[in-house]
This record gives sequence, C-alpha cells and structure tokens, in this order.
Amino acid sequence: MSLLQFERVSYQYDSEDYNIIDELSFSVKPGAFHAIIGVSKRKKSTIFRLINGLLTPKVGEIQVGGRTIAGQKNYCGYMPQKDMLFPWRTVGENLALPLEIKGGFSKAERREMVRSALADVGLFGCEEKRPEELSGGMRQRAAFARTMLTGSELLLLDEPFSALDFLTRISMQEWLLMQHQKHKKTILFITHDVEEAIFLSDSVLAVTSTPSRTLSEIKVPAEHPRTRECLTRPEMVMLREKLIDMLRKQVMS
Amino acid sequence: MRKQANRGNLPALLFLFLLLILWQLGAMKINAAYILPTPTQILQKLWELREPLFTVHLPATMTVTGIGLLISIGLGLFLATAMDFSPLLQKCLYPVVVASQTIPTTAIAPLFVLWFGYTIWSKVLVTILITFFPITITVYDGFRAAKVEMGELLQTYGATRWDIFVKIKIPCALPYFFSAVKMAIPMSIIGAAIGEWLGSQSGLGYFSRRMMTQLDGAGVFAPIVLLSAAAMLIVALVGIVENKVVKWRGES
Repeated sequence: MSLLQFERVSYQYDSEDYNIIDELSFSVKPGAFHAIIGVSKRKKSTIFRLINGLLTPKVGEIQVGGRTIAGQKNYCGYMPQKDMLFPWRTVGENLALPLEIKGGFSKAERREMVRSALADVGLFGCEEKRPEELSGGMRQRAAFARTMLTGSELLLLDEPFSALDFLTRISMQEWLLMQHQKHKKTILFITHDVEEAIFLSDSVLAVTSTPSRTLSEIKVPAEHPRTRECLTRPEMVMLREKLIDMLRKQVMS
Repeated sequence: MRKQANRGNLPALLFLFLLLILWQLGAMKINAAYILPTPTQILQKLWELREPLFTVHLPATMTVTGIGLLISIGLGLFLATAMDFSPLLQKCLYPVVVASQTIPTTAIAPLFVLWFGYTIWSKVLVTILITFFPITITVYDGFRAAKVEMGELLQTYGATRWDIFVKIKIPCALPYFFSAVKMAIPMSIIGAAIGEWLGSQSGLGYFSRRMMTQLDGAGVFAPIVLLSAAAMLIVALVGIVENKVVKWRGES
C-alpha cells in the first residue's frame, strides 16, 4: 500500500509545446524518506506543485492515501525553499496559519498546539517573538513546525536548508533525521546537494532529463539512526560518486 | 529611540531657524510688508487674528479637508481592491484613474462652484480629485507587493481568495496605505485651500485671499502658516498610529 501514487501523470506549461512531465508513474510508501535529485530544478518543483495541488495534471491521476487528490484538502504539508514567515505576524501567529485556514479550532486550542509544536522543534517560548529575531536555522525550524501543524502525513520539503550556512545546514540535517525518527512522517525532500540527499534519505529518487516514465530509485545503504560518519563508508562514498557522475552526464547530454 | 529621532531633527531645525533669520533680515531691509512681511510680523498677525482664524476659518478648512480625505480614502481603497480583484476591472479603471490626474483641477474648480454653490461640497470635490489618485495607486501597488509564493503557501493549506486577501494582501498593503495617507494629507489641505480661494465665505484659503485684496502681506501669510502647521501636525499623528500598527516595515 503506497501513500503517494503517480499514475501516468503528464503536465505541460501553457507557454511550452512539450510535456515537462510525461506519463510519469511512481509511488511512495508510508514513512519513507526520499530525496529527489536531478539537474532540472524546474522539473522537480513541477512534481511538488502537482502533488500540493498548485498545478493540476493535464493527464493522469495523483493519489494520496488511496484517493485522488482532486477535492482532497490537507493531505500534504508543503515547505518552500524560503521560510515564508510573514513579518507582520509573530512566530506563534505564523505557526497558527494552517490551523486558522483549516478552521475548527478555538483560539485556546490553536495556542496550545502552536506551543507544543514550537517546543517540539526546540523553540520553546518563542511564540511572541517576531520572525526577524530568529536566526536562519531557527526560522527554518519554525517553518518546519508550521508544516507539521498542517497535520498531514506527507511532507514536501523543497530545498529547505539550501540558504543556510554550512554548519547550520549539517546540524539541521541531523535535526531533521531526528524529527523523522520521532514522527514517522513520509518525507519528499528536493535537494541539489548529493551528500545531503544520501545522508538524509532511505532512497534517492532521480529525476532524469531524458524522457522517462518513472523516477529511478537508488537505495541508500545505511541504516537509521545515522550520524555523519556514515558518509565516510566506502559504499556511501561510491554511491555519492555514482550519483554525481549521473548528474554530470545529464548536464552534458 | 525617541531621543535619537529628536537629535536627528536638530540639523533641520537649525537650518530652518537660519532661513527664518535670513528672511527676517531680508524683509526688514526691503521694508515693504505688503509684499514680503517678516516672520515676526506674521506671528504678530496670527496672534491679532486668532479669534476669527481659530474659531471660524481653521474649523471650516479642516471640515472640508476631513470630509474630502475620508471620501478619498474610501474611494481609493474601493478602487484599489476592485483593481486587485479583477484584471478586467484593472484594465478598465487604471488608465481612467491616471487620466483623471491630467485634468487641471484649478481650472475646472470654478465649475464645481456653479454646480454646488458656496456649500462645502464644491471644495470637498476639489480635495477628492487631488487626493484619491495617490491613495488608489499606492494601495494598489501595496496589494501587488504581496508575493505570489506567500499566497501559494496558503493555498496549499486550503486557503480561499478571501483568506489570502485578509491574511496577506491587507498586511502587505498597510505600510503603503499609511504612506499614501501621509502624502494625501498635505494635498487635501491644498485642495481645500484652492477650493476656498475660488469661491467660499469661510476657510483659511478664503481668508488669505481676502487679506490679499487688502494688501495685507502678513495677513496673507498668517493663514498659510496655520495650514502648514495643521498639515504637519496631522501627518505626525498618522505617523504615530502607523508606528503602533505597522511594526515590520523594512523587513520582508
């Protein structure tokens, strides 16, 4: 049983005369952590936008939890590259946004949920702060907490750490792995960083530039929980080089 | 913070003081108060005429300004929202709004007097014509400053257009709205004064003109000083409200 299922999905932008996504089929099992890599940032983003409903497939069907996403709400939590914390709202008010839009929660309930979500990402007591008072890593954690508050099983993370400095980025990666261990959500993680991809994911989904009806899945030979040391293992080094090699060939072709 | 702001104004105040001294000396040398009164003569006049100025003419002008500005804000917000709501309305309205600014208001204002007589509405109309434009255009720009990605994020939460308007567009437009109002205040006072010049029985513009016919230079300037002071005071008040409401300017 898969959580997410693409059934021969095609998409074409109005301004173009070819399908950017062409009869794509793939599936994702519940609780999986997949990194999505590929040369074309646009192609990866299009896949995310098809899943989160900002784009509608021209042909084919996308299912989440066994049902088509058309008409479904709150089936995925989308975290864009920029944290998108609104400067006119406090951190707590920003986190409450998905709850406000979903509706059905009292103000006190929302406050309680936001409080525990903040505590969960290590930002206990930050609800009254303004986003600009937080560091880059803290902002990403707040944005992640906001994504968690959508209550969805499926999380779409679009290069969430790419704007952070190196040290912050690697500690955020370790932190995200811990969050995944704890909450067992299904995560799709777009990245252009091969090392990040193999450190985080169970398997890497490669979006090729040549027309392909599926995403090639490459298993990562490391168990959870992991530490950064696993990246120095020979099989991980080999995988990294293999993936880099594959991406370079795509750029050249 | 406040202290620092005051210190920031010090050079401007000193410079202004210097200009006033130069004016005083220059005017004393020319010695023709009906052409160029000295600042002290103006102040003296202001004091002598305090009774009619403050009880009759200032309230009259402020009433026109207030009514005109409120209608302008209402109209401007309505037009900006309509244009943001529908691309078709935007295509219809935007050029017309811009074209309305090419009308030389002072030239057609006498017509308004014919339409409305010496009531306040002829002056209110001048005020509206001058001020609704900056409010409409600036607030519309504010709505458009809302980033598309922000709306898209909310859409993935299941937000409606109304949610996006309330939770993103309005906050994004608020700093723009305050800028627009601060711009519109002096313009609305000018508008009211122009209206009074052209045909009125009270108001600071009317009073200034009456003094002109009597070759009373200081009397011409006194109501003008009052108009400027009123504009500065109201802009400062709006600035205080703005600082209370908009805490995030400069960061987005």
